[in-house]
Amino acid sequence: MLNTTPLNALHRAAGAKMVDFGGWEMPVNYGSQIEEHHAVRRDAGMFDVSHMLAIDLRGDGARRFLSYALANNVDKLAAPGKALYSCLLRPDGGVLDDLIAYFIREDAFRLVVNAGTADKDVEWVESLSRERAPRLVLVPRRDLAMIAVQGPRARERVWSALPQTREATEALKPFVAVQIGDYFLARTGYTGEDGFEVTLPATRAAELWDALAGAGVRRCGLGARDTLRLEAGMNLYGQDMDESVDPLESGLAWTVDLSGARDFVGKAALLSKPRLRTLVGLILVDKGGVLRGHQRVQTARGDGVVTSGTFSPTLGASIALARVPAGVAPGENVHVAIRGKLLAARVVKPPFVRNGKILVEP
Amino acid sequence: MNVPSELKYTESHEWIRTEPDGNLTVGITDHAQQALGDLVFIELPAMGRTLQAGEACAVVESVKAASDIYAPVAGVVVAANDEIAAAPEKVNADPYGSWLFKLKPSDPAAPEKLLDAPAYAKVAGDD
Repeated sequence: MLNTTPLNALHRAAGAKMVDFGGWEMPVNYGSQIEEHHAVRRDAGMFDVSHMLAIDLRGDGARRFLSYALANNVDKLAAPGKALYSCLLRPDGGVLDDLIAYFIREDAFRLVVNAGTADKDVEWVESLSRERAPRLVLVPRRDLAMIAVQGPRARERVWSALPQTREATEALKPFVAVQIGDYFLARTGYTGEDGFEVTLPATRAAELWDALAGAGVRRCGLGARDTLRLEAGMNLYGQDMDESVDPLESGLAWTVDLSGARDFVGKAALLSKPRLRTLVGLILVDKGGVLRGHQRVQTARGDGVVTSGTFSPTLGASIALARVPAGVAPGENVHVAIRGKLLAARVVKPPFVRNGKILVEP
Repeated sequence: MNVPSELKYTESHEWIRTEPDGNLTVGITDHAQQALGDLVFIELPAMGRTLQAGEACAVVESVKAASDIYAPVAGVVVAANDEIAAAPEKVNADPYGSWLFKLKPSDPAAPEKLLDAPAYAKVAGDD
């Protein structure tokens, strides 16, 4: 029996093709995935991301606890509402999950974690907090729904659907959130475009979804979400990193704060391990197929593997993230094994696309 | 689901039209293009290639996945639709107007054993 979100019936009514995504029945598209992709790059699209889990941490010492639990440093969160992207690591440096941490008050933080890892995350954070901060209370918020509205016109369309949120969010900076009545609006996303991720009571989700559709926001499925995030050079947990790799070999060094005396789970392991691999972007140069996960990458320094690959609707070419031997650098040519042939690809530095603009040479 | 009655079909979702000269035109069904999603790459068999019945001879790739196309009957490839290889999205827009390749069957009677429209509709419905 699959889990369903509060918007399940609306997806079906809109003709969505539903798939099993990590135990959740989710819309993969409502027709053309490529048209949904373009809608987000050119105007506005919305995604039901209610399968993701918000976990509230309440009580004194929340900041001190997260400073130890997360690889990125929550001390960077000075103003209420500020968000931080971070990995949750195992003691050996393996990535348990990637998440966004929101600083709400000194005694209230929120973590938003992936659907497929949510149970494991709650268990891990609970056991860690029993040990380090026994008075901290963890509240998994399955009573909430989440709708991501993304695209150059996403914010104005949200304001048209929720006029009462406009004043408080017009000046909201990227990676900052604010609670307005029932709505927790964060200027965050997973597409490389501007927009909001709206967290709200599950009971009100259908009403907002309909209002956004009425305001001209296109319904988009997980298919477009994947091509958009890959163009934006954003990792997908379970594909581009997992427990078997550390963030430094997953293109996530920028999210790990190794400075100063702060200790955190996984720090000692990260400092002691040699960095043998690196995550890079690839653009397929030869014709002959589409880059996909698990394809072998041949480089001058040895073999690597594609971790995520797809056809990029914005570039009109196949792109990928690949884990290759350290030292393989942007501009180099490599070969990818596709159906028994070795096809030429070029190494690039992600992102491929941001805010509607192509950032790599085709 | 659109299943034209004048065509023959395979369980692997190819459609086949017998031309007046006896050659077979092969494409993928409406059900197949819907299941695959937006097509972005097509690889066609070379002209003159001899195929066994059921042999994987072409590839279609959507944004989501790659899928093999199989020879519906044994024969020789007599044409490949390069125009469709250059514009795979046409298969999504018009699956029965977008052929992939043409085959000269080694046994002219072989196409008769393929699925007819009602039989294929049942296969696709159970999919």
